[in-house]
Amino acid sequence: MKSIILIAGTRLLVALLLVFSVYMLWRGHNEPGGGFIGGLIGATGFVLYAIACGTQATREALRIRPEIIAMVGLGLSLGAGLIAGLFGDDFLTGQWLFIGGSKEEGGFPLSTVLMFDVGVYGVVMGSVLAIVLALEEEEED
Amino acid sequence: MATNDTTGTRAFSAAGILPCAISLALFVWFAGFLPEIARGEVLRFSVPWVPSLGVSLSFLLDGLGLTFALLITGIGFLVMLYSARYLIGHVHHARFSLYLTSFMLAMLGLVLADNLLVLFVFWELTTFTSYLLIGFAHSSAESRRSALQAMLVTASGGLAMLAGFILIGTVAGTFELSEIRAMGGVLRDSPMYLAILILILAGAFTKSAQVPFHFWLPNAMAAPTPVSAYLHSATMVKGGVYLLARMHPSLSGTDVWLWTLGIFGAVTAVFASVVSLRQTDLKQALAYTTLMALGTLTLFLSAPGSYAITAMATFLVVHSFYKAALFLAVGCIDHQTGTRNADVLGGLWRPMPVTAFAAGLAALSMAGVPPFLGFIAKELLYKGALETSTAILIVTAAFAASAMMFAVAGIVAFRPFWGSGKRMDPSRPVLGEAPWPMVAGPLLLGIAGIVFGLAPEPLQSHVVTPIVASLLGDPAQAEPLLLWTGVNTALILSLLTFATGIGLYALHLRIRAGLARFSEVAPDSDVGWDRFLAGFVRLANWQTDILQSGVMRRYLMTIFGVLAAGLVFGMALSFPDLSQVALPDLLPKHWAVFLMTLIATGLVAATRSRITAIAGLGVVGIGVAMVFILFSAPDVAITQLLVETLIVVLFAVAALRLPNLPRRTEVKSRPGDFVFAVFVGTMIAIVLMSASSGPIDLRLSEFFEIASWPEAFGRNIVNVILVDFRALDTFGEVAVVAVAALSAVALLRQRPRKGPRA
Amino acid sequence: MEPLLAILVGAMTAAAIYLMLDRNLLRFLFGLILISNAANLTIFAAGRLTPGKPPLVPEGADAPLSLVANALPQALVLTAIVIGFGLFAFALVLALRAYEALGTLDTTEMRLAEPREDRDAP
Repeated sequence: MKSIILIAGTRLLVALLLVFSVYMLWRGHNEPGGGFIGGLIGATGFVLYAIACGTQATREALRIRPEIIAMVGLGLSLGAGLIAGLFGDDFLTGQWLFIGGSKEEGGFPLSTVLMFDVGVYGVVMGSVLAIVLALEEEEED
Repeated sequence: MATNDTTGTRAFSAAGILPCAISLALFVWFAGFLPEIARGEVLRFSVPWVPSLGVSLSFLLDGLGLTFALLITGIGFLVMLYSARYLIGHVHHARFSLYLTSFMLAMLGLVLADNLLVLFVFWELTTFTSYLLIGFAHSSAESRRSALQAMLVTASGGLAMLAGFILIGTVAGTFELSEIRAMGGVLRDSPMYLAILILILAGAFTKSAQVPFHFWLPNAMAAPTPVSAYLHSATMVKGGVYLLARMHPSLSGTDVWLWTLGIFGAVTAVFASVVSLRQTDLKQALAYTTLMALGTLTLFLSAPGSYAITAMATFLVVHSFYKAALFLAVGCIDHQTGTRNADVLGGLWRPMPVTAFAAGLAALSMAGVPPFLGFIAKELLYKGALETSTAILIVTAAFAASAMMFAVAGIVAFRPFWGSGKRMDPSRPVLGEAPWPMVAGPLLLGIAGIVFGLAPEPLQSHVVTPIVASLLGDPAQAEPLLLWTGVNTALILSLLTFATGIGLYALHLRIRAGLARFSEVAPDSDVGWDRFLAGFVRLANWQTDILQSGVMRRYLMTIFGVLAAGLVFGMALSFPDLSQVALPDLLPKHWAVFLMTLIATGLVAATRSRITAIAGLGVVGIGVAMVFILFSAPDVAITQLLVETLIVVLFAVAALRLPNLPRRTEVKSRPGDFVFAVFVGTMIAIVLMSASSGPIDLRLSEFFEIASWPEAFGRNIVNVILVDFRALDTFGEVAVVAVAALSAVALLRQRPRKGPRA
Repeated sequence: MEPLLAILVGAMTAAAIYLMLDRNLLRFLFGLILISNAANLTIFAAGRLTPGKPPLVPEGADAPLSLVANALPQALVLTAIVIGFGLFAFALVLALRAYEALGTLDTTEMRLAEPREDRDAP
């Protein structure tokens, strides 16, 4: 049951959803959004892709196994926490760097908090995709 | 074994030499402390371990501790030398050496610990390592049973002791022995005193095998002979005595202490010496005399007098010398003749003159013959017994035990060597003297018995007096160790003991036959143990069948039942005031969400079609999301909607592979479940109603609102809580999600057993 | 709205318990989803309901200028939803596997199919 229109439409939609998920992740600190929501949106995009194009194609499109994405995400979150240790702070204390001016001047913020949220994004997206893809493959054989 | 000598294989292996080196080095190191301890100094070493609980890894070296340390390492060295030869070529020799060395170190920790909790840890380590040693011949069921029995008995006593330690810590406010010893008055006046005493004694009596916990010790003879010589004469069983001695300054001096220790010690001493008379296995006979010695030590710890404590200290050392020597000598006999049966052995002094000499010295010390150290100890025992307030009990017990010990010394060490050799099995020739590493131990220990008997002064000043100082707090309380104290009651009692002992020895075959008839009808605590264990297993099975029924409904019923009971209980205490509850400002959209979700919920519960149910769940999920939207939780609402979508996807994929729900006609109706569910639901509704209308503490939320932007540079407070303020929680949560996903994937990847199982 | 929500949560809990006590594993899963939702709503409602004031700090201000919704329960519920999903996915896969291995979704029959056999085997 492969429809060209569905596949083509899905590709576009998946691309949009992925961009949207990263946007939600990025703005999460100041507006509704964040790693959980971003990760779920990203996962939804690929789940849609899997329904339209099959799990094999999805795995190829992902390039990395979803389990690995989840584990790398977990590692990022852990790493974000450990970085605080380098500055003599307690585990998971946020570390901030504002590029091109202070916080008030609208400098570009880089932080371990963002890194932590990116890790959450990875864990949520990887975990959901791991389960869904494995279940669908079960279906196929 | 003997072929090793002739074919010239290695006489030693690394597995044998290493433990010897360790124990000898430790012995020398500890011996270096003797002058300081003799001067009355006490050394203490401490590092914090669990400072928040007041537990520090602290050690104390005083007279009592040092004596034990020297016995443990010194006899340990001889025993390890012995086993280096005894076990050579054994497949598990290295394992044995590891166990034995670990045991030695655990025992050292036990006698040197200054903190009660540290002491407990080492106490259980000795239990554990002795379990491994007793069960060393693990292919034998008897061996395994004995090991388990020893562990269960001593470990359960140890747990009781731990409870006692914690009570002491509560009453005294410290776990450090060096501080507790000065607080005897506080402990004795505390209402907890009796509980503390009973719990501590439970630990000490099981470890030191006092009647009625004695049965594990003779069974523990399933261990290799060096283990019996080490654990069951010099060290582990003395752990209980050590504990009593350690607790002496803080717990002794009451009538309860006096009578409990006195009666248990006396019964154990007399009972064990009678039973030892009837043994034909030399090792078993020695095992029971060990019980007798432990009983005697306990007996003398009951009394507060200076003679009693001096006697206890001396006898402790003497007993370790001669008992280890005799065990090792019996091991040599067994090794060279292949039997330990007292009825068969005889005339061994010819093929084994050195062993005979060593065993003879040890036996004379055991019998308490002058000028051996054993004699001095016995004289002190009598003097100590006579000075106590419970003189009749102690003198009688000590006299009976000493006389019978005299007889047993004859049976164990005289008859096999100098008795008639006619009963020996002619087809099994005696292999001559055992190799020197095996003979060295008994010989040295036997000689020690006579050397210290002739010249007791070094022992007095470096060992006995410091022990007395540890227990009574004053070295001047130590009585002199003398061979000749003039004609007095003690000497007369000694002479009577010899006479009775000789008589008992002469008649021992007849006595044994009589005892054998008696023991057929007497209750046997070993059998009782088996019954107890079987009953315990039945109890465990019974309660497991009840608690772990395997019926999921029952587990859930329990969970929700406890929840309901808790809610009912809480309401019974104070029924929530629902008069404050009002229904303000309800808009049509609120009613719409409410009714939509309520109807969908009912549909899910009622329908027998899985498609309807899944659709209903979707509606419930959307309804919940709308509640989040209506009440200012955009993040939560988005998450809820996304998760709802994914749940439907998962169901769509998985539910197709599952059968449809059984039709209504196929299942029994469950009115009971319905009533129960409605009841719990009502409870929850009432609780939530009152919880959401009463006052609320918003301090934490206000902090987050104020700190979110200035401190965490984020304007979305929910997100800031998640990734900054409470990031550790979030980290744990995403880890759970990842683990759940990996588990699910692993479960899916594993190929199921295909086809019907029948 | 709090009292109304309390009634709704009560009804959802009751339905969830009734479903979870069913011998059919699929209905148990339905109950599991319902009870997660009920629990989330409980936490949310216990933190009070504030309409139309999301917990955001407006541009140019250091703290919310007026009363905003309680952010703490929202954070708790947000993670609870995701964890609930993980739990549900695992339970679903477990049910699927159990059905494939044992050929039934009836928890009582599953119990009879599994351990008895092992216990009887010597």
